[in-house]
Amino acid sequence: MQDSLKEFISANFARIELQEHKNGQTILEAECQPGDLVEFCRCLFCDQHMYYAMLVVEESAEQWIIKHVFYAPSGEMLHVLVRLPLAQTILPSIATQVHAADWHEREAEDLFGLTFEGHPRLGDFVLHDHWPEGTNPMRSSFDASQSLPPGKQASDWQPIRLLESEGSFAMPIGPIYSDVSESALFVLETVGEDVLRTIPRLFYKHRGIEKLAEGQKAHDVLLLAERFSGTASFAHTLAFCRAMETIGQIQIPARAQSIRLFVAELERVRHHVSALAKLCASTALAVAASQASILEEQMLRLSCKLSGHRFLFGMNTIGGLSMDIPEELFRQVLQESQEVGGRLLRLRRKLTRTSSFLDRLQDVGVISQQDARAHAMLGPAARACGISMDLRQALPYGPYGDASSLHIPTEQEGDGYARMRIFFEEIQVSLQLMKDALETMPKGPVAAENADCGAGAALGWSEAPGGGTFHWVRTDEEGKVLRWRLGTPSFANWHGFHLAAEKFAFQDFPIILASMGLSVAESDR
Amino acid sequence: MSRWLTEGLLTHKPTTAYPARPESTAGISPGLPVPSSELTGQALEQLVSMCRVGALSKEKNTLGFDDGRCIHCMRCKGKSPKELEWDDSYEWARLTKLGEKNLAKLSASFKASLYIRTIDAGACAACLTEISLLAGPNYNMHRLGFFMTPTPRKADVLLVSGPVTDHMRDHLLEAYDSMPEPKRVIAVGACAMTGGVFGPSFTCAAGLSDMIPVDVVVPGCPPPPLALLHALLVLTGRKQQAEKIRALGSDRS
Repeated sequence: MQDSLKEFISANFARIELQEHKNGQTILEAECQPGDLVEFCRCLFCDQHMYYAMLVVEESAEQWIIKHVFYAPSGEMLHVLVRLPLAQTILPSIATQVHAADWHEREAEDLFGLTFEGHPRLGDFVLHDHWPEGTNPMRSSFDASQSLPPGKQASDWQPIRLLESEGSFAMPIGPIYSDVSESALFVLETVGEDVLRTIPRLFYKHRGIEKLAEGQKAHDVLLLAERFSGTASFAHTLAFCRAMETIGQIQIPARAQSIRLFVAELERVRHHVSALAKLCASTALAVAASQASILEEQMLRLSCKLSGHRFLFGMNTIGGLSMDIPEELFRQVLQESQEVGGRLLRLRRKLTRTSSFLDRLQDVGVISQQDARAHAMLGPAARACGISMDLRQALPYGPYGDASSLHIPTEQEGDGYARMRIFFEEIQVSLQLMKDALETMPKGPVAAENADCGAGAALGWSEAPGGGTFHWVRTDEEGKVLRWRLGTPSFANWHGFHLAAEKFAFQDFPIILASMGLSVAESDR
Repeated sequence: MSRWLTEGLLTHKPTTAYPARPESTAGISPGLPVPSSELTGQALEQLVSMCRVGALSKEKNTLGFDDGRCIHCMRCKGKSPKELEWDDSYEWARLTKLGEKNLAKLSASFKASLYIRTIDAGACAACLTEISLLAGPNYNMHRLGFFMTPTPRKADVLLVSGPVTDHMRDHLLEAYDSMPEPKRVIAVGACAMTGGVFGPSFTCAAGLSDMIPVDVVVPGCPPPPLALLHALLVLTGRKQQAEKIRALGSDRS
């Protein structure tokens, strides 16, 4: 599958060294000189239409290893690698050509102290202004157990650029706002009735989990992977476990694969029901919001019946699953999930016949396909603008061995209504996948006998409810995690959030926010 | 619109009977381990070594349990040579020493009707999901006189989840300061009680109690909605707090 990509690179970029690493998974690595980096990445992103996954920065004893990870819907994956001596902290920014890398570079600048030459805006991103200058928590010399002296936050933060015109003003929303909401700040700029731009400021919830994981046993890092974003915990543990299983070359029993698929789809259903409940609530359609809330609670109870935990914590483990589940229980959960599915169809029918509801979603929060691609947006938000990207199909993994026939719902409009239809549609697809998984579920063990991992590095991924998530893990001989890097769908989608929040009426803001179905915790880490 | 009205009226009322009667539907709570004095020797050692967050500990040759640290990782459940007892209930909330003192001073009006402001101080959003369900039909906290308010200036109670990240600390303090007296604080979940898996560290505090006075703590990762209802009822003196046995080995007040 990688052959055409290899040919293309050797034909057009003779100076770039291509290497294939086989360690449980085949990784195609292209090593670049810093001078070639920008043009090469531009070519991959703009001409070859590859997707941008994430930036991985690693600091070894003698050098920086900086990796841009690209992948294509046809299954190719390419790591573009640059090595720099430790003393050199300046490298070219690819963000001007590959806009999707924008936030990744800003984050690396904050956390590692690297400077990306040519990047239009660095500073005050993950670490807000009050952190002492020169604090780079991801550097190996930084002690993560210390508590930093509390710096006073400036209460009058403003974006670098603000509209200046007669009657213009900037309205801050957050970080504490609305009834029950995740902490984030939005600055809405307006010159009258309509809001022209929205500038989100995130990372109020930054917990530095990538740093906290360093030096911990993989089994303990799993607890962090499970808890940094509770609403997509199974998908993240799946990606993390798959990275570890690749490192340890652990074979997962067939039954475990099948159960993982079932549970991952169950989580997707619950996540989407929750997103729909929030969407109904944002339009103040009380009965619909209540109906969706009942279904959300029902899905949580089903998850708890199945795994013992309402958010499926404690189920995934490196090498398979921590528990087996009797056939009977699976049938019961499937049947009740299908009942929820049926009630959702009814809800959908009612919603699509309520014109006052549709008025508030149609043509609201529109994102164009071109913009979504430039920001490498993922998941339902991207599929609502016609981008048929789903890791279950693009890079089939573990339980989704042959998912070429997977139905991926897409819509073209890119507005709030399209996103709502995607949520509804994907729930039905997931229910079908759960049914298929149960019909073909083999008997046998649910965990590999030996789940020890030694030294190595691997990329694990999964299609989380919000979009594709990538976990890069490097371990030492004892199986301790040296570096864990997460590329989460919410991080990618928050980057593009401002596209949906331009030129709108103020009262539509909660609707735009809810229709995107984003998690702040997943992005802030 | 009449369509929605009919739809609402036709829907079976799903609201729990709690607190009038205990709720026993499956799937309402992940449960917590129960410390037992019967576990000794090797079985005890093995259990304690299984716990990666320090919730289970060895105390004078019996099993100690710190509910503020338990994150329901389920690793001790059903895995020990001698079965660890598992409690599937949800009445987990406890008063701190300050909470006990404050409870005595509460006026009757405060007990019957409360306005609540939720603050996300770095939570993973599971706690927030459970909190948001309180206002839904299944738990319907309005029937008990509890309401959410968007502004701390009108709030009687602050419901805080998350380990309190460095970036949220000042905002949390500001919200607390702007509440009118009398005001009460509930620490929701393991993160807000002890920092959970995240704190204390360079980004997070060890929970809430170092920053603002806490009246009630609710263990859990996340505490299910019924545990949160219990916390609100304990805060207002309408329900007994959890038995102290859970708090073996911890005197967090």
